[in-house]
Amino acid sequence: MKKLTSAPYILWMAVFIIVPLLMVAYFAFTNDTGEFTLDNLAAVSQYSNIFIRSIWLAAISTVICLIIAYPLAIILARTDKSYQSTVLMIVMLPMWMNFLLRTYAWMTLLGNNGLINGFLGIFGIAPKRMLNTQGAIVLGMVYNYLPYMILPLYTVIEKIDKRIIEAAQDLGCNSAMTMLKVIVPLSMPGIMSGITMVFVPAISTFIISRMLGGGSNLLIGDLIEMQFLGNSYNPNLGAAISLVLMVIILLIMTILNQFDDDEDRVLM
Amino acid sequence: MNKNIISLENISVAFDGEQILNNINLDIRDKEFVTFLGPSGCGKTTTLRIIGGFLKPDSGSVKFEGREINALPPFKRNVNTVFQRYALFPHLNVFDNIAFGLKVKKFPDREIQKRVGEMLELVNLKGFEKRSIDRLSGGQQQRVAIARALVNEPKVLLLDEPLGALDLKLRKEMQTELKRIQQRLEITFIYVTHDQEEALTMSDTVVVMNNGDIQQIGSPVDIYNEPKNAFVADFIGESNILNGMMVRDLLVEISGHRFECVDKGFGENKPVDVVIRPEDIKLTKPDDSHISGVVQSVTFKGVHYEMLIEAYDHDWLVHSTKAAELGSTVGILFDPYDIHIMNKM
Repeated sequence: MKKLTSAPYILWMAVFIIVPLLMVAYFAFTNDTGEFTLDNLAAVSQYSNIFIRSIWLAAISTVICLIIAYPLAIILARTDKSYQSTVLMIVMLPMWMNFLLRTYAWMTLLGNNGLINGFLGIFGIAPKRMLNTQGAIVLGMVYNYLPYMILPLYTVIEKIDKRIIEAAQDLGCNSAMTMLKVIVPLSMPGIMSGITMVFVPAISTFIISRMLGGGSNLLIGDLIEMQFLGNSYNPNLGAAISLVLMVIILLIMTILNQFDDDEDRVLM
Repeated sequence: MNKNIISLENISVAFDGEQILNNINLDIRDKEFVTFLGPSGCGKTTTLRIIGGFLKPDSGSVKFEGREINALPPFKRNVNTVFQRYALFPHLNVFDNIAFGLKVKKFPDREIQKRVGEMLELVNLKGFEKRSIDRLSGGQQQRVAIARALVNEPKVLLLDEPLGALDLKLRKEMQTELKRIQQRLEITFIYVTHDQEEALTMSDTVVVMNNGDIQQIGSPVDIYNEPKNAFVADFIGESNILNGMMVRDLLVEISGHRFECVDKGFGENKPVDVVIRPEDIKLTKPDDSHISGVVQSVTFKGVHYEMLIEAYDHDWLVHSTKAAELGSTVGILFDPYDIHIMNKM
């Protein structure tokens, strides 16, 4: 019975997850005539600066998301239950709008003739270049992925027993120490899934960098897209880059989870 | 008589317009085992939270050794709490849970080791240092919670229904254990419970509360034998509460008959509540008594039989080691000193 009910899921996973993964690996290790080669993987190394830029920008965005989302999640968890759903809805509201539309909105805001520069112009401030910078990419990532950080944090923090927090105060903790010694360690699972849910899409995005970063700030996502849809058509190289990206994400996540486990072991 | 360690003066609290505490006045003496007893919603936990500093009273003053501490946050009070359902830190093991308060206060490592070791011994948990909290039984978690609070050497320990989640046998065991710990450490325990038997077993002083008011303060024996009003009588143990009329001093009228009693000072021809404990009633032949009735039910309770006797204006609850026959007519007898007279509420 149990086998029967899980069969559709296993089939789904095989057809749409395992097989595509194997195909990516196949393309990465072959050339256009289908012969085995390591050239594609070797070629990836020449794009190391793009990899570093992608990891760096995704990491900064993730950290900023965490810094913004954590206090918000705490405030949210402490508000009156009847307001919580309303505030949550406001947080989620941008997600109901099309991703492209949201990012276009930022283009019109940040552009040289955009709203912000226009506003600054009233005070005689010369237009600043804001669009097509790395800062704009980070802004776009934070704006788009922030809800994915808030939700898991809120879910975990909201579940922390109020009495445990009172117990910490009872045992001599002021608010800062309560935060450090109880709330943060207990919300670690939320922090980890928030980081995963922001970092992974951020590192592989190509729309945000294309629209807000101009041509000069290529990210891995753009690079991969170019191998499949651009002038430099080379699906084998594209597959190899994807494979390397996957390994990098896996490595980073393993390291992060290790840190989480260690935390548990030291504290437990 | 010890000096007062905590005094509550004219404490009032309301939540959303609903009065929770009504002008409470209470002195708690040093080294005493004090129990707040009452049904849920009576304000006993609220009173405890005010002493712990988790709740600010709307009006009134909380004094600790004569000094007002209203504005003092919980972490600055010389008071620790054992929370309802323990509230242990799930991310810490037994040792780190108990050591938490000392680590926060930056005690030297060796001192922490020593004190936590002593505590583990006190609560019989030696060898459990490295255990994670979720691999402890309810009783063991309870002990960790007690040790975690006591290791800080508070002058007052607050316990909020600490045994509520344990089964009966374990609860009895922990009652004795808590009493032992309190006597050994010689500190004040303030204990909140709705279980009257627990309150009578452990306390030096019982504070009976209802609807945000203190009904009676006294030793367990006083509270049981001399309840101040019908609520206390009803809440502490089982009782027969009857409408009576105090004819004059030492004479009360119940069910149309006059009985001698030992109470005086209630005035003449004044309506009163009369309490007679079910174990103080003896059953006899109908002719030997002024009050007689039909046995409605007989239930075996282990030590005694519980019987319900229907007389003409009241159902009498009677405890006796001898069972009467179901449906038979019996007489009800009680002695003058078993009649407790109380003013109507």
